[in-house]
Formats: sequence, C-alpha cells, structure tokens
Amino acid sequence: MATDTLIGPGFSDPVFQSQGAFRALLAALAEPGTRHVVSGAVVPPKGLHAATATALLTLADYETLIWLPAALRDGAAGAWLRFHCSAALVSDPARAAFAVIDAGSPEPALSAFDSGSDQFPDRSTTLIVQCTALEGGEAVTLTGPGIATSRVIAPAGPRAGFWAEVAANNDAYPLGIDLLLSHADAVFGLPRSTRIGEVY
Amino acid sequence: MYVAVKGGEAAILATHDLVAEARRGDEAVPEISVAQIREQQGLSCARVMNEGSLYDADLAALALKQAQGDVIEAAFLMRAYRTTLPRFGSSEPVDTARMAIRRRVSATYKDLPGGQVLGPTYDYTHRLFDFALMDDAKSVMVGLDPTISGREGRPSTAPHSAGDARVKPEHDVAPLDTHMPRVPDILGAEGLMEPETPPVGDPRPFDLTREPVSFPADRDVRLQAMARGDEGFLLGLGYSVQRGFGGNHPFVGEIRVGEVSVEFVPEELGFAVDLGDITLTECQMVNQFAGSKDVAPQFTRGYGLSFGHSERKAMSMSLVDRALKCREFGEAAEYPAQQDEFVLYHSDNVEAAGFVEHLKLPHYVDFQGELELIRRIRAEREQRLAGENEVLPEAAE
Amino acid sequence: MTTDTAQKSETTQRQRWMAVLARASRAEIAELIGPDLPRHDILKAPETGTVMVEGRAGGAGRRFNLGEATVTRCIVRLDDGAMGFSYALGRDGRKARLAAVLDARLQAEAPGAALHRAVDALADRQSAARVLASRKAAATKVDFFTLVRGA
Repeated sequence: MATDTLIGPGFSDPVFQSQGAFRALLAALAEPGTRHVVSGAVVPPKGLHAATATALLTLADYETLIWLPAALRDGAAGAWLRFHCSAALVSDPARAAFAVIDAGSPEPALSAFDSGSDQFPDRSTTLIVQCTALEGGEAVTLTGPGIATSRVIAPAGPRAGFWAEVAANNDAYPLGIDLLLSHADAVFGLPRSTRIGEVY
Repeated sequence: MYVAVKGGEAAILATHDLVAEARRGDEAVPEISVAQIREQQGLSCARVMNEGSLYDADLAALALKQAQGDVIEAAFLMRAYRTTLPRFGSSEPVDTARMAIRRRVSATYKDLPGGQVLGPTYDYTHRLFDFALMDDAKSVMVGLDPTISGREGRPSTAPHSAGDARVKPEHDVAPLDTHMPRVPDILGAEGLMEPETPPVGDPRPFDLTREPVSFPADRDVRLQAMARGDEGFLLGLGYSVQRGFGGNHPFVGEIRVGEVSVEFVPEELGFAVDLGDITLTECQMVNQFAGSKDVAPQFTRGYGLSFGHSERKAMSMSLVDRALKCREFGEAAEYPAQQDEFVLYHSDNVEAAGFVEHLKLPHYVDFQGELELIRRIRAEREQRLAGENEVLPEAAE
Repeated sequence: MTTDTAQKSETTQRQRWMAVLARASRAEIAELIGPDLPRHDILKAPETGTVMVEGRAGGAGRRFNLGEATVTRCIVRLDDGAMGFSYALGRDGRKARLAAVLDARLQAEAPGAALHRAVDALADRQSAARVLASRKAAATKVDFFTLVRGA
C-alpha cells in the first residue's frame, strides 16, 4: 500500500507553522506580485517545491479536492498529501479546490480549472504554478487591487501563451481562478483581480 | 446600527466571580462531579449532545455543570468548543438495523419480528415522587407497574407474582437478535409503504454548518437542522401537526434505542475503521396518504434520529419531517410545521437564544436615537396643532 | 493497490483489532503494551477532532448529517518501519498513541502470538459485556395482547 512507503513528516508544530504560512499566503494574495516566503520547515515530497508543499499542508484538508499532474499524483507527492491533508486527489481539474502545475507544462489550460459560479465565485480553484525561478523570466506588468500603481514581475519558465491565459482569467472577474506562483520557499500571489500588462 | 460600548471591565470580572459562587451553591453540600452528571443525568447529557451537535458525553456533562444545568447554555458551550476542532471527515452512514437494541417498541405491530423490548422507559411508571431518592442510601428502582408486568402473554413460562416479574434474571434470557428489521421495511415488503431509497449516486449530504441554506430545502438539510434543533420547538410543532395544524395523526411504526458502531474511512488508510459505539434513538412514524393520480394510496414515513436516549426528540423530529414532506406529496403547505423556511430558521436554539438575548445588551446609542426622534415628532406635532390656531408657517425639516 | 485475498483478510484482521482497541480503556491498552513502550516516531501527534456522523432518512434512504462526534487519532512508526494508526471516539490522546503503537506491533506479530491472544481475550470481554446488556434488554421483552370487546 502507498501508505507503507516512507512518508516524510509534515509540520512539527502544526498550529504555529500553519498560521505563519497562512499569514504569508494571505499577504501574497493581498499584495499581488510581492515575494513572500512560505516556510514551515517542511521537507517537500519529490516534485513539489517547499512553498507548494507548505501551502497545501496549510490550506488543504479532507474537504478540498486536489488536482496534481498524473506523475505527481501517482508518486510520492500524492501519497504525502493524502497522508498529511487527508485530501482526495482528483483527475478532473474542474473539480479541484487546489491544483498544482509546472509552469512549463503545456496543459491543462487555466480555463480547465473551476472558475466558480455566479452564486459562489469563491469556490473556484486555487492554482499553484511551480516556476523554475521567480525572476529572470519575461517581465510582466501587474495592476489592480493591492497594487498602488503597477508592479513588474518576471517569473521564469511559464509556457508560451501563459500570460494571455492569465489575462483571460482576469476578464472573467468576479469569476476566475486565483494563482500562486511558487519556487523554492517563496511565492507570488496573482489573484483573479490582478490585470496583466496594463499600465496607468 | 451597532455602536460599541466600552468600560465595565471590573464589574464584568466581579460577575464572573459571582456566577462561580452561584454555580457552586452551598459549600456545605458536596460538589457534583462531571462523571456523576454523565452517569446520573444521562438524558440531560443526550439533549445537550443533540442541540450542541456534538457526541461526547463527558463534554456534555461538563457543559451542564458549567452552565448550572441550563441546557441551552450547555449546548452553546458544545457548539463553541466544536468550532475549535478540526474535522477529519464524515462517517459511513450508520446502520440502525444492526443496532445493539436496548429498547424497541412498535405501536403498529403487536407481534414484531425480533420482539417488543421495553428497555429503560418512564412510559409505564406512575408519575409519583420516589421520596426514597431523597435519601443518600441506595434507593429502590422506579420500576414497572406490577399490575401490568405480571400479565405476561405466556402464563406457563412467565412468572406470575409481581415481585418475580420485576427481577426476571437476565441469565435466564437469550440475548436479542443482532439484526432487527425496521418496521417500515415490513410494510415496504408488501408495497404499502412509501419506499425509502438513496437518490442516484448516493450523494454526499449537504452540510449546513459549511454551506448557506437555501429554500426550498432538501430533506438532508431539513433532517440535519432538526437533529440539532431545539427539542421544545420541535415538540410544539409536532404537537401542532397532531392537533390539526398539519393534518397528520400518525402511528409510531417503531422506536429503537441502542448502540451502533461508527465507521470512518481515513483517506490515508483507505479502509473503514470502527471508531467505537454511540447511543442513538430512532423513530419511524407511519402516516396515512390518500394517494395521487400518479401514486396509489400508501403509507408515508416521517423519520427521526438523535444522539443518546432521546425519544421525545426523535418522535417530534419524525412528525415534523413528515409534515415538511408535504411538497413532495403535492399537499398544501398551510401550517407552520409544513413550511421549511419557518421551521429551519427557528429551530436552532443557540441562534434563537442569541438573537432574543442580545436584546438585553447595551443599546444605548440606538435608544438615544429613537428617543430623539420621538421627541422631535412630538414637538413638531405640538407646533402643528398650535399653528392651526395661529396661522403660522409650518415648521418643515 | 493490491487486492489479493491474503491482503484483504489481513485488512479484515487489522480492522477487527482496531475496533477492539477503539473500544478499550486507556488502562486496558496500557496493560497490553506492558511496561516497556517500544521506541517509535510520531508521524501525526495525537490530535482530537471530529467526524461528522451520517445517518440515512428512514434508515435506508438519503444520507444526512446527524451531528459530529469527537475523535482522537494518532499515527506512529516503529523502528522496524511498521506504521501504526489509531482512530477512536473520544478525546484521549494518550490512549490514541498507545493504541497506534499496538496497531504497528500487531501487524508485525504472527497470528496466534501472545499479543494477538491478549487482544482476543480483550475482544471476548467486550463481547461478553455486549451479550449481558442484550440479555438485560431481552428481560424486558413483552408480549402485548389486545382485548377484544364482547369476545
């Protein structure tokens, strides 16, 4: 059984570590495009960055379905999340409350995830996009709530057409998915309210 | 509008001291322990577990001790504590057919497969004080009325004298069946009972503690709301149904009380784990239904299920459950017990107590506003009345 | 996931002892462990939470949420790598930890080993208590008879 393989530990101090991580994620989404360290001293399973693993450990539980790329789902990452979060893993991205993709992977499209409903726009997918670095890539200008004028980020590794997808996601506001761009122990928040490439 | 009021801290701390003193009462009398409440006030604990919506007899007993026996305050404590706990998941649906029966009676069938088991009940007691309970010494049991219990159906085997009947030794008796059919299922086998089957796909139930309720509410929402609802409110509504405000005077198909095991499948294990036993009370109410152009005349059901030994609660719930099914049967919803929005919005005693009791908290600014308004209106009225005599321009704001 | 018969019956055996341990008192579990608690890592520290108890309308129909129950769980790993789980009603963290250690040890022990026999003895005591309660209830079994007017 998957649970009999060696599964690394989760938080050693669940209350304070998860609250610290939650605060960092909150700040990341409140101030889109600012870098926040999400650290819970967690050794992530293979395939997940530390920030990704810590964010899921903080946010996911048995009521939140998680979508992972098949290789991660069937590997150590899937077993680790199942064990620590008691979360069920789904194969349909449209059912996921949380999802993880590698920035460079060609699919699934951002539109494949759940963008919420008019009645409950909050019930959309929160997608963690794992980048090869949080700087050094194509520069993108962000505007919108939580950004005084504009902010420039340049995460490395997104697939071709990624920013057009993010812009289309913003067009559907108040529906749409919320994004966290992660690398190593840090994230950028990119909520659905953030506009791409516009400058006042 | 709500405006915060500050101050009074010292007075509030003093009231905490006073409440502790009032809770303890006369210190010459020994203090009651939580274990004593759990063991000797079990029916109270059951009510607190139901209305607190949390099964934990020790916590219910502690809540009762802390709340000086105020059941609604105790339920509030349970609800507040519950919000601090993570939820691991949902159990497998409990199987009441496999209940370890302590009590099981039917008003519809005399000769019930598996038998009628009176169990511990006040039904056949005289409501006379047992003053022996006032003594510290071990008191006599509030037992069966000997004139009834002496008359067993099989005089050849049953003891005749009242004394013998009261203490029928349990080692002479075979244990009950481990699987007892539910009475409505017996009628169902004849096709006379509205079938009760899961909807396609056996969906996860709605959880009103996680999602906002919308109306019309489905049966899973209604049953959850009633399970945590106030016993007194549901009892009154159930009574109203019987008296004609809902058009049903049903039969108790069956009441059963006993222990069922709770099974849970942890995601990380992937198989069902038996968590232990909880005590449940189940009531199946059998109601008439004249039929419609699509459905032949048949009996219909009302269902009640509650924590602990709590028959009145389960019966009231099953009466109101049937009343709330009026829409499904095309019956007019004319009475309060048939209106889901009315029932669901007013059954929760923690919510109700909060809204009623908030009225006693400081409303000084609101009231000042009202006071000023009524003074101004009166002044304007007096001016106007005076102006009708002395042709002056009316004071307009 | 393997689903061969041997594994299935192992799971059934494990479910059985987990059910026995869930119903046991802390003292009974401590007695099964004995004086020396084996070395173990705690993968999930004893934690009290709830499980939402579900019922079915009419006993067999649509599922609904009856209310929650307190549950305490603990997951440990022994030095030999065996993982032990404990899930039981109530709020006893110490009991959960000891039961998780026992679950891990029982998986390593051959059927018929002393530890298994001790758990069987505990199961017998629990079963005897259930039968006694059932007999007490059966002692209140009654046959109502109807009185026919004018018969």
